[in-house]
Amino acid sequence: MTRIRLLLGDEAIAEGALQAGIKGVYAYPGTPSTEITEYIQRSAAAAENGVHCTWSTNEKTAMEAALGMSYAGCRSMVCMKHVGMNVAADAFVNSAMTGVNGGLVVVAADDPSMHSSQNEQDSRFYGKFAMIPVLEPSSQQEAYEMTGYAFELSEREKLPVLMRITTRLAHSRAAVDTGAGKYETIRKPAADDPSSWVLLPANAKRKNAGLTSRQPHLQELSGEAPFFRTILSEHGDRGIITCGTGFNYVMENNAPEAGFHVMKISQYPVPADRIRDFAGRCREILVVEDGQPFIEEQVRGIAGWNYVLKGRLTGDLPRTGELNPDNVAAAMGMKRVPAFNVPECIVPRPPALCAGCGHRDVYIALNKVLAGYPDARVFADIGCYTLGALPPFCAIDSCVDMGASITMAKGAADAGLWPAVAVIGDSTFTHSGMTGLLDAVNDGSDITVVISDNLTTAMTGGQDSSGTGKFEAICMALGVSPDHVRVVVPAPKNMDEITETIREEIEYRGVSVIIPRRECMQTLARKKRIADNGEEKR
Amino acid sequence: MKRDIILSGVGGQGILSIATIIGDAATRAGLNLRQAEVHGMSQRGGEVESGLRLSDSEIYSDLVPVGSADIILSMEPMEALRYLPFLHKDGYVITSSSPFRNIEPYPEEKVMEVLGSMDNVVTVDLGKITKENSMPKSANMVLLGAAAGYLGILSAEQLMESIRNVFAPKGDGIVDMNLKAFGKGQEYGRRQ
Ligand SMILES: Cc1ncc(C[n+]2csc(CCOP(=O)(O)OP(=O)(O)O)c2C)c(N)n1
Repeated sequence: MTRIRLLLGDEAIAEGALQAGIKGVYAYPGTPSTEITEYIQRSAAAAENGVHCTWSTNEKTAMEAALGMSYAGCRSMVCMKHVGMNVAADAFVNSAMTGVNGGLVVVAADDPSMHSSQNEQDSRFYGKFAMIPVLEPSSQQEAYEMTGYAFELSEREKLPVLMRITTRLAHSRAAVDTGAGKYETIRKPAADDPSSWVLLPANAKRKNAGLTSRQPHLQELSGEAPFFRTILSEHGDRGIITCGTGFNYVMENNAPEAGFHVMKISQYPVPADRIRDFAGRCREILVVEDGQPFIEEQVRGIAGWNYVLKGRLTGDLPRTGELNPDNVAAAMGMKRVPAFNVPECIVPRPPALCAGCGHRDVYIALNKVLAGYPDARVFADIGCYTLGALPPFCAIDSCVDMGASITMAKGAADAGLWPAVAVIGDSTFTHSGMTGLLDAVNDGSDITVVISDNLTTAMTGGQDSSGTGKFEAICMALGVSPDHVRVVVPAPKNMDEITETIREEIEYRGVSVIIPRRECMQTLARKKRIADNGEEKR
Repeated sequence: MKRDIILSGVGGQGILSIATIIGDAATRAGLNLRQAEVHGMSQRGGEVESGLRLSDSEIYSDLVPVGSADIILSMEPMEALRYLPFLHKDGYVITSSSPFRNIEPYPEEKVMEVLGSMDNVVTVDLGKITKENSMPKSANMVLLGAAAGYLGILSAEQLMESIRNVFAPKGDGIVDMNLKAFGKGQEYGRRQ
């Protein structure tokens, strides 16, 4: 039976996972991966089957919980944006050593061109690093089908499987045939094999040898997978090796008619034998891949140094940034000239903090107070409040990775910088800020931490925030003196009180925490809409 | 037959609802569809764009290639011009003429001058129309109505059917308001 639905790539994956019988999805929000978990949270079938789908505190806790669920015999999925892989990495890499019981699929959503991210890292490297299979869909339909395949592969090979997607696939909608769709949770007996799961050196050495010896087998699978394809051209003898969304741009430009043989890689480790054969058939090869030159570097090794290989490393495609039908056309030797150019008068329209947002009042107050401390530095963090970097505030000096505000302020204070102020959001604080605060308390570091609490994870669309209602208790339990855990309401009418509080806590020589707390304007408006006419956000 | 459409505007102006309606209509009509949405950072009052591709044959790229859009449909005049390189030489710009001013200085005169100098431009005074008809929340459907005669691949009836379908869960009042807005837009589009 066919059942056609318009789905985002993210939603297609979620639907595939539900039909594969998962018992849980574990995730921390992050663009462009968030909609996978949100789809499952809205799913009636998931609710009926008791599929776990509440947000995790960070990507590492998500990865470990999913591994626990796999251990217990159920299928589980973990979703995150690419930088989440850095946080989950310890658990991720070691899960390849233990292996899995119930199928375990990790979805990493990369963001080429950094539409809403701080870097352009390519998650396929993590798969290679951990020596596990990586899948990469090209279309929404394939994303749906590949998810079911991923769980089977994971159980068959007893390994976690990484699925790598990019923003373009995650956030594009297309018709997907999701079939008749049964939603039955799969359950096997729990694992009972400490020699696999206790990674003491004696066990780990054996597991490591086993995993390494299976690499040729995994390579072979990559060349056989249902999604691997070679299309031969009757019009020429140049070749293109491509993957993921790159395949779409290659086909948009009619590669076979233009004289290119096409090899589409959908699974890693790269199928070296297939590539060697393909290279033998082609006069030269262009590698078209979104992300870093991951395939390109490996094909160089397989085809040899004197083989004519083109791609991002040779400048035939841009070294960084997202692929599109136009830069791929150019690399294929076709030129598209626009009929119109962008008129000179067009100026950028950067995003801004919403009107009435509490973060605004926090920055207005901070700027007022810090005007009196020319040496002050504000170490900020990741979230809506990062927009405090832009005019009219220009209020922050750094934003690096989640949690780095507190720890960088601490390090700077250790070096004698004063005042060292950290600004961090509520969700970011529980994600990665708490451990750093403990370091600061233990060292008695002279820092002032502002936890700007809007009661939600706003940047990614207003998901629940793990620490809501617990921040004062957490800070005091970590050892911050109760006298220096101060709560204020960030609103223009309270400006005097807020600035006074900030000034006092900067002058206090030790760890202090100020919690400006007021609900996010977006979640407030959404609640009002739902109350007014039962309308859910779209 | 194929149609490439660029939808543009400022975060919060409702371009994704336009995309949803066209997408629903296209799927019911058995057309292939690819729609590239923008989520994340740019929604906070920043520039937003969504590419819509409709065709009766296979579509590969989610992104509209340079020089191939048949229509740029924009909720905001400057945002319409931002995506001009994607417009086909014979394509149409159908845009609101009401600026969204959250940047200083806003180059209004120059924007209007460029729009005035192009051949295939339809401007719709969304600010005025929505005010006169007290439908402030349905500006996007007015614009869709104005564009209906230019889409070619879908009829106004098919779009109205999808407005009913998509807004149905929000109640009859919302459906009627959006149909009325669509009708106002149609009238306006026909006059140009
Ligand atoms: C490791 C990692 N995971 C996820 C993200 C995506 N992300 C960026 S900001 C943010 C939420 C921040 O929420 P909060 O700290 O409460 O600030 P708010 O946006 O609500 O102001 C998330 C999930 C990221 N950048 N890095």
